[in-house]
Amino acid sequence: MEIKVLGPGCPKCKQTEQNVKDAVAETGVDATVEKVTDIMEIAGYGVFGTPSVVIDGEVKSVGKIPTKEDVKSWLNK
Amino acid sequence: MAEECCTPGGNIMILACSGGSNVGQLSNQAAIELTQEGFGKMFCLAGIGGHLGGFVQSAKDIPSMVAIDGCEVGCAKAILEHAEIPTKNYLVLTALGIEKNKDFNLKAEDIQKVKAAIRSVCE
Repeated sequence: MEIKVLGPGCPKCKQTEQNVKDAVAETGVDATVEKVTDIMEIAGYGVFGTPSVVIDGEVKSVGKIPTKEDVKSWLNK
Repeated sequence: MAEECCTPGGNIMILACSGGSNVGQLSNQAAIELTQEGFGKMFCLAGIGGHLGGFVQSAKDIPSMVAIDGCEVGCAKAILEHAEIPTKNYLVLTALGIEKNKDFNLKAEDIQKVKAAIRSVCE
């Protein structure tokens, strides 16, 4: 599983990345977590804002910090 | 990086039908000017219509949005419905008394009228 956290690097982005990493660690899912900070690459996902979370190419959330439980629910699908 | 580098809270997503008539283009021009004035941020309705994941999810997750249709055909509203996105604030420009035609020389007074109506519907 490939997870991308889109965001230039503000506290919201960092919190999102941490929640994603925590969810991955707690579920034991085999996944890589990549932080994407390049604006052009972020724009390519067509998101209105950041932070955003993309799992295996599917945009799961935009412009908000998902909770760890939110992320776990996406990992379990 | 700066605290506000991500999406600021309260940012209004503006979706205009941008259709092929004076009222369609009025919706587009008003969306552009309101974006430039910092009232909100115009977003790609076409991306939602194409069911592109990032666009659809963005519209679902945004707390505040306004959809603007030029006429009662309601293309913008239909696009949102097809993508299962709740229409939060909605405006039809012909309902403001602006007649639909093919004159693309937009009147400044109509643009101001539309912008005021959009601001009002978002209150």
